[in-house]
This record gives sequence, C-alpha cells and structure tokens, in this order.
Amino acid sequence: MSDARRILIDPLIDNNPVTLQMLGICSALAVTTSLLPALLMCVALTSVAALSGAAISALRKRIPNNIRIIVHMTIIASLVILVDQLLKAYAFETSKQLSVFVGLIITNCIVLGRAEAFAMKNGVVMSFIDGLGNGLGYSIILISVATLRELFGAGTLLGYPVLETVSNGGWYEANGLMLLPPSAFFIIGLLIWGIRTWRKQQVEKPEYQIHEVHRTDVY
Amino acid sequence: MEAYISLFIKAAFVENLALAFFLGMCTFLAVSKRVETAIGLGVAVVVIQVITVPVNHLIFKYLLADGALAWAGLPDVDLSFLGLVSYIGVIAALVQILEMTLDRFFPKLYNALGIFLPLITVNCAILGGTLFMVERQYNLPESVVYGIGSGAGWAIALIALAGIREKLKYSDVPDGLQGLGIAFIIVGLMSLSFMGFSGI
Repeated sequence: MSDARRILIDPLIDNNPVTLQMLGICSALAVTTSLLPALLMCVALTSVAALSGAAISALRKRIPNNIRIIVHMTIIASLVILVDQLLKAYAFETSKQLSVFVGLIITNCIVLGRAEAFAMKNGVVMSFIDGLGNGLGYSIILISVATLRELFGAGTLLGYPVLETVSNGGWYEANGLMLLPPSAFFIIGLLIWGIRTWRKQQVEKPEYQIHEVHRTDVY
Repeated sequence: MEAYISLFIKAAFVENLALAFFLGMCTFLAVSKRVETAIGLGVAVVVIQVITVPVNHLIFKYLLADGALAWAGLPDVDLSFLGLVSYIGVIAALVQILEMTLDRFFPKLYNALGIFLPLITVNCAILGGTLFMVERQYNLPESVVYGIGSGAGWAIALIALAGIREKLKYSDVPDGLQGLGIAFIIVGLMSLSFMGFSGI
C-alpha cells in the first residue's frame, strides 16, 4: 500500500513532471487563460494518462519492442478520441474553447513518457496509479497558473467576480498582460523558482561557475 | 499572392506556434541549449511540417471530412472522428520515411539530424500545425504556405532562444531559477516581443 501511495504522491511536488522533468506543458498552457477550460483539460489529461498506463501495462508482454512507440501512440490516440467525443457531447461550449488542445494530448510527453518509463515495466494497477499521480502533478501546475491568470487578468474565478473590476464599478484595474501568452511563461518560471527554493535538492547545477570575486553579493 | 504572404507572416510571427500557442515546448526547452543542435532540429521541423500539413490536408479532404467519401459512393459517411489517429499515423510514417530516405541518400544530413528525427513524431508543433489547418479549413496552397510559415516560425524562435541561452550560462542567476526557471522567463520575454508583430 505504501508503495502505491508513494507512486501517487511523489509526482505531485517532489518529482513533478512539469517543473522538474520539463515534460508535457506543450499543449496545455494555452488553455490557462481561465479556470474552467483548464479544469476540463486536467480531467482529460489525467484520465488519458491513467487509462493509457493501465492499457499499455496490460498489453506490455505482447507489444513487440521495435514497434512499441507506434502501438503506444495508437492506444493513446484512441483514448484521446474517446475523451474528445465525450467533451463534445457533454461540454460543447468549453470544448470549443479547448479547440485543438484536447487532440494535442496525444503528443503530450507526460502520457508517452510514463507509458515508456513506467507502464512497460510494471503491473496494471501500479501503472494506473502512476498515470493518475502524474496527471495530478500536471493538474496542480495547470490549475495554479489558470487561477492566477483568471484572477488577476479578469478579476473573476470560474466566471464569478472575485475582485470587482473598475469597468464594473469596483476598485480592481484588470491586468491585461495576464490574459496574453507571455504571462503563462512568467508564472511558470516563478513557480519553478518558488518550488526550488523550497526543495533545494531540485536546483540545477550551473554549467559555468562564476568566479567568486566577480559575484555581486551584497553583505 | 498577397494573401499567401500575409498568411506566411501570420503563421511565422504573429501566431508563432511556440511563443503564442505553447506548442512543442518540451523539445523547445530541451534542445535550446546550443545553437548548432537548435539549427539541426529547426531544419528538421520545417521539412516535416512542410510535408505533413499538405498531406494531412489531402487525407482530411478526400477521406475523412463529412461527405468526403462521395467519390467512393458513400456520401453519408463522416469519418472526421478518426482524424487524430490518422494524422498521428501519417506524421509517424512520414518521419520514418524521411529518416530512411536521408539515411540512404544524404548520410551526412542524416547523421547531423540523427536523434532529432524520431523526436519530431511527438513534437506537438507538428500535430498542432495539422490540427490548426483542419480547424481553420485551409485549402491546399494555403496549407503549404501555413506549413512553411509555422515551421519556420518555430525554428526561428528555437534558434533565437538557443542563442540567448548560450550567453546566459555566464551570468549569475539565483539558485532556484538556474536552468529551467530562467529559460521560462526568457521565453516569456521573447513571446512578449513577438507579440509586437501583431500589427502587421
């Protein structure tokens, strides 16, 4: 049991697929301008990651090694089509906002990376939990970015006004930059800074050591 | 003609796949540490993008779209839900074919691009280009131009970032920002400057 718990909890902060392994943000940041599409995207990705982990793990002894990538892609693509059709059926408006980005879950490195690194070597249940954990790790980042962007960009959360904007007679001057793509990069960069200041062991070694004398430390 | 030029500019700069739509970010950050490798990957992406977008356009138009099978006597069949699987299959197959062709006829180029070619299959920028082409309903010449433009834009952004990061390793970055963190912030600044193109 503790093993399963470790597999589930580990990818949340300590081994987060986005901030540490630099995987899978590709298709996702574009949907973080507001919280609702981001939430749906998280649900979609987490379910694809968990289910594809289980499916690939169940087939792992039958997949020939040299064509495994294509087999993985086909399994993942089928699951994504399933999710895409479900979204179109039950959440049509939001699925319009997500446009091509649900389809891009196929090429999300988290899903394929976990299939390759974990599901091919472990049992069905463990692979399912591992997919779930990594999906949740991704969701944490996505949801925090989306919360910040919607809150400061439009003064709302899930469409409900939280900070009353000036245009609605309140006090908050909405920050338009938050709704533009660059802000997502800045927020992720700062989030990584925060996490790495908290968890020192994640800090990357600089490639080039600056000589002590030239450091501009202020004492 | 003018329409094609403006489509090219739009695809390459205003709607840059990497900086405006966050596509291909994983490879974008992983391969941008040195200019040489960045140029190799950039060229490979442009080549694949130019081939896959029009090919996927033809597949969509003559096999998958609603009523596209009319020529086969099946006017009521709508296979568009099979899109994702077919596009990724086409991309994987094309990458494989290109790899074998290069290996046979241009071994030097093959060695230079070597490891990047298989990586391209899972590059979201390639699949993203195709999906945007379908969503915006480009015709054949437009999808060729869009393929060139979006591939070139991605490559420009990649090479520019690699140039900056090569210089950056000599600067004194706070510990927690080292590596990935500062890279994100630079990409943000680049994205900000690319937005300046939106007027043209």
